[in-house]
Amino acid sequence: MSINAATVRRVAKLARLAVPEARLESMAEELTAIMAWIEQLNEVDTNGVEPMTSCVAVKLPMREDVVADGGQPDKVLANAPRRAGNFFVVPKVVE
Amino acid sequence: MAASTDLKGLTIKAALEGLAAKRFSAEELAKTYIDAIAAANPHLNAYVLETPDKALEMARASDARRAAGEAGPLEGISLGIKDLFCTEGVRATAASKILGNFVPPYESTVTAHLWRDGAVMLGKLNMDEFAMGSSNETSAFGAVVNPWRTRGSNQALTPGGSSGGSAAAVAADLCLAATATDTGGSIRQPAAFTGTVGIKPTYGRCSRYGVVAFASSLDQAGPIAKTVEDAAILLRSMSGHDPKDSTSLDVEVPDFAGFVGKSVKGLRVGVPDEYRLDGMPEEIAKLWDQGVEWLKAAGCEIKRVSLPHTKYALPAYYIIAPAEASSNLARYDGMRFGLRAEGANLTEVYENSRAEGFGEEVTRRILIGAYVLSAGYYDAYYLKAQKVRRRIADDFDAAFQEVDALLTPTAPSAAFALGDRVSDPVAMYLNDVFTVTTNLAGLPGISVPAGLDAGGLPLGLQLIGRALDEGTIFSLAGALEEAAGFRGKATPWW
Repeated sequence: MSINAATVRRVAKLARLAVPEARLESMAEELTAIMAWIEQLNEVDTNGVEPMTSCVAVKLPMREDVVADGGQPDKVLANAPRRAGNFFVVPKVVE
Repeated sequence: MAASTDLKGLTIKAALEGLAAKRFSAEELAKTYIDAIAAANPHLNAYVLETPDKALEMARASDARRAAGEAGPLEGISLGIKDLFCTEGVRATAASKILGNFVPPYESTVTAHLWRDGAVMLGKLNMDEFAMGSSNETSAFGAVVNPWRTRGSNQALTPGGSSGGSAAAVAADLCLAATATDTGGSIRQPAAFTGTVGIKPTYGRCSRYGVVAFASSLDQAGPIAKTVEDAAILLRSMSGHDPKDSTSLDVEVPDFAGFVGKSVKGLRVGVPDEYRLDGMPEEIAKLWDQGVEWLKAAGCEIKRVSLPHTKYALPAYYIIAPAEASSNLARYDGMRFGLRAEGANLTEVYENSRAEGFGEEVTRRILIGAYVLSAGYYDAYYLKAQKVRRRIADDFDAAFQEVDALLTPTAPSAAFALGDRVSDPVAMYLNDVFTVTTNLAGLPGISVPAGLDAGGLPLGLQLIGRALDEGTIFSLAGALEEAAGFRGKATPWW
């Protein structure tokens, strides 16, 4: 599977991660090399094999649907790049 | 009061005895390490944040508790904390620029357990960015330098990764022991590269709450320590059920240290054929054979076993881990915490913040993850990898029908030079060839220093156990440690 610069551009867009134009080709080569090495998985017969999503066999626990924490706006906002009062300040979303 | 040089070389076990006998105080112990760190860190770069004031304050409080007869199991023990653990009021970066000056408003469960038991924090330890790397070279703070050097050489070597700061700090006596995490080998490979002991427990033993997430189905915390017994003491405190982590196991935490020194007579130990790689350095093959002989002499029954899907573990990992990472790291968007860059619109702010904040290897893995999860590729890559993961876990299940534990090398080489493998990602990934299988299957694995190579660098052997059977591998690791008689220490040059 060969990954070209256009694919890197598309995936980078999906990941919201800017990759400079000048880096697209070399990144495509690196990812192609990695994916080529990964291709060996196709040698494994996985017919009828149940995919493994977790090593924990137990059923995930349920808890009461109640508020257990909260009321700490200063802690929540302590690391905000920008804040105003008890709000995060973010770039304009609606044009 | 004992001379500070004596205090520096202590094990946790010996320090607890000395503290109990009032030969020295927790404050004296902390001060010893604070001074050692101040002198060594400019050369080794093991700590990314030193917290001497906090350490002294915690140590004094510990001395007060001990005086009041309220000593916990780790009372007064000075530890280094990998910078992947959130520590309330103390900066946590995951060695990434994107977290910037993030100061967690909460404490990870693992570190909370340590403070509950009386431990003292010396500072935060360097690591590969978001724990993605095997040489510590992806850290935004620069690489850690291994305290060990090849005989007759001044070349700077990697301490391994991602827990390179933890391993180097323990090896250079810059703490009594350290916390670490392991997603594909990040505790065990650095332990092997630095002559220290590291255990990745069963998935679910240690809570992941407050540990910066990399690949959630694989991440697991564990200790790096100077001896098998110290690792057992520390792991007991780190472990335990936590309702804040839905994958945390609600099971009893045994007294792991009680297994160290227990007879291993009659235990069946498997030696997997598939771990004998073509091109493996002869010294490592020889050390492995030697390990077999040591365990035989201790009364173990050795059996050849087969884990046929071993070679597919790393490629499966390099789909699963980046896929989970690309999802986990989506939270770094520059809005609520961390770095925020400028941009003409919201999308550009996201894209630029992430481009500025993430390093090369993290970027590569996010892109691989986004690619394998993107429409049309999910089945071919992600689903396929999860099926292969099941095959690998089934291999272990079959082997554990016949044996109680497995013995393998920890890493395919000794520590290599910084800069040696940065340009070839796949060559770097191969560091984890012997360790990554246990992450995929969720099993415990421990690395024990077992010998030196021709250049005088430490080499490790790994023991793998059944899920939740850390006890057996602690016993076997203790037997190996005793037989190997490894007393190696890096000669201080720093």
